[in-house]
Amino acid sequence: MPAEAKTEPTPTRAGYGDALADLGESHDDVVALDADLAVSTQAIKFGKKFPERFFNVGAAEANMMSMACGLAATGKVPYCSTFAVFAAGRAYDQVRLGIAHNELKVRIGASHGGVSLGEDGASHQMIEDIALMRAMPRMTVVVPADYNQAYRATAESYERDEPMYMRFGRPATPGVYDDIPETLGTGVDVLREGKDISLIGTGHMVWRALEAAESLEAEDGVEAEVLNVSIVKPLHSETVLESLGKTGVAVTAEEHRVVGGLADAVRQVAAEQHPVPIFAVGLGDEFGISGTGEACMEHFGLTARGIADRAREALVLKPIVSRPPLFGPEWT
Amino acid sequence: MRHLTPVPDPKPPPKLAEREEAKPRIAELERWATVLRIDCVRMLAVAKSGHLDSSLSAADIVAALYYRVLRHDPENPEWPARDRFVLCKGHAAPIQYAALAQHGYFPLEELMGLRQIGAQLQGHPDMRRTPGIEVSTGSLGQGLSMCVGIGLALRLDGLAETAHVFGVLSDGDCQEGQTWEAATAAVHFGVPNITAIVDYNHLQTDGTTEEVMDIRDVRAKFEAFGWDAVEIDGHDMGQVVEALERSRTLRKPAAIVAQTKKGKGVSAMEGRFGFHGKAAVSPEFAADALEELMATLEEQTKALHEEGGGES
Ligand SMILES: Cc1ncc(C[n+]2csc(CCOP(=O)(O)OP(=O)(O)O)c2C)c(N)n1
Ligand SMILES: [Mg+2]
Repeated sequence: MPAEAKTEPTPTRAGYGDALADLGESHDDVVALDADLAVSTQAIKFGKKFPERFFNVGAAEANMMSMACGLAATGKVPYCSTFAVFAAGRAYDQVRLGIAHNELKVRIGASHGGVSLGEDGASHQMIEDIALMRAMPRMTVVVPADYNQAYRATAESYERDEPMYMRFGRPATPGVYDDIPETLGTGVDVLREGKDISLIGTGHMVWRALEAAESLEAEDGVEAEVLNVSIVKPLHSETVLESLGKTGVAVTAEEHRVVGGLADAVRQVAAEQHPVPIFAVGLGDEFGISGTGEACMEHFGLTARGIADRAREALVLKPIVSRPPLFGPEWT
Repeated sequence: MRHLTPVPDPKPPPKLAEREEAKPRIAELERWATVLRIDCVRMLAVAKSGHLDSSLSAADIVAALYYRVLRHDPENPEWPARDRFVLCKGHAAPIQYAALAQHGYFPLEELMGLRQIGAQLQGHPDMRRTPGIEVSTGSLGQGLSMCVGIGLALRLDGLAETAHVFGVLSDGDCQEGQTWEAATAAVHFGVPNITAIVDYNHLQTDGTTEEVMDIRDVRAKFEAFGWDAVEIDGHDMGQVVEALERSRTLRKPAAIVAQTKKGKGVSAMEGRFGFHGKAAVSPEFAADALEELMATLEEQTKALHEEGGGES
């Protein structure tokens, strides 16, 4: 049964749940684990179809990750689901030794990433998981932008061998892809071309970056290029550098601390290979807060307007420091 | 230092088929435990770091497993229906390395590379570097959960009737909350093929377990979690073998709390605090320890010869 693309706003975690259930259909070695959040993470869809391959461990996240290690070491392909805060925070050491160090084919489906989960507040709003998982050797970090890409990311994860951390979100999120994309590809998609500035987003910030680009064009006549980074690590630097080479200035946007997140990943590549001003939209040295998901996003400036405003600030710097790419043909 | 070079045991381990046909006798196993202890002292004397006392404490359990109870085949280490051994207390890696090397999973000479840069044997078991290691360990508390996962995977593959999972835990493992998450899960999921052996030596890094964080009646705890739970003398080979073999017939999670002595076999270390993780194995210490263990080995070998055949 071919998967159905969603056109109305849908949570990315639903894409995970649907794809996981479909994976169960096509692959006998897929098993799923959850820590008493199966409805929230949507792993329940798998659990209902394949009860004999579904293990709800209760509120015991550490145990879940180490169990997945044992299952994978014995030939299964485990998908572990819980909230991002517990997947990356509570069980970091278990993920580190049992999964990443062992290079095991375990997939962590971390839902409710970022502040957009809303009312539960700071204790649940995981804003440093991308940093933690980027720092972990051998771990691939995936953050899909909408339901359709989340479905593809999950389906495609079965085809890959390395350990993977996949971050999904709670709220219904507008679509960025009209259909379920064929592939994640390099993990960096150019969604909109432009010559003046690169807006580089991940997850829930990608559709906002597209909106920001519209408003920059309408209000300032600025042609912004929009990149969706769905694989934050390893970051496909060629696509990023190509865009930076063209525009000479960028804004990154993520629902995460700017420390260790997408901003740092892009700045690292740029600093070494094509230094240009890169401004960041994301959380500073602060924890989350209670409110509706949308209110929380606004509180931290994680909006289309927030991105557009940062872009305007960044563009001021562009004429001062802009110069040809370090390694480009123009340099000689 | 010629006495530190490992030598192949003149009485090599029986092959899988031989073990199945005629189970090694208790006296033979006791002797092999000494062989492993000797390897540990040699390894640590060369490595100049590592956990000798922790390794010696588990020597009888590990010998009983590798030389008799475990269904494993060094010539076919990836055999899907093999039993799985998980050293949850990964810091005792030397004792497992000795057993693996003696069984031919890798050359004996590798033992001398323990903890050295570029060598195969890491400070803690590493499944990606060392043949015969099922999962990497070294972070206390994770091992039993790994065993539960392995047990479930074997059951999904229809192998649970024959393939058993044996995990060796320490006092510290039992202090970690995760062990009790795993104990809960093993019973909840009805894992039929798991045995947890607790090497209860009452010593840990900072002192006696009673002083640091008393874990009290571990057998009663496992029983309260729904496990079959027995307590034995972890240095009485007869009791060790009986408990291990009984556990695999139960078809439910089984705990064996083995009362042990840290440093067992080397009297200067036995049951004494102050050795854990210390580079205690000076050349003099190693020489004394080896002398004592060699004497034990000689005695055990002689007794075996005099005894001749005998029942298993
Ligand atoms: C999670 C974790 N915390 C701390 C340590 C450091 N550590 C190594 S061994 C040990 C305790 C050793 O005592 P015990 O657990 O009783 O093992 P024994 O050597 O006595 O068998 C500790 C705390 C560790 N390896 N893992
Ligand atoms: Mg101890």
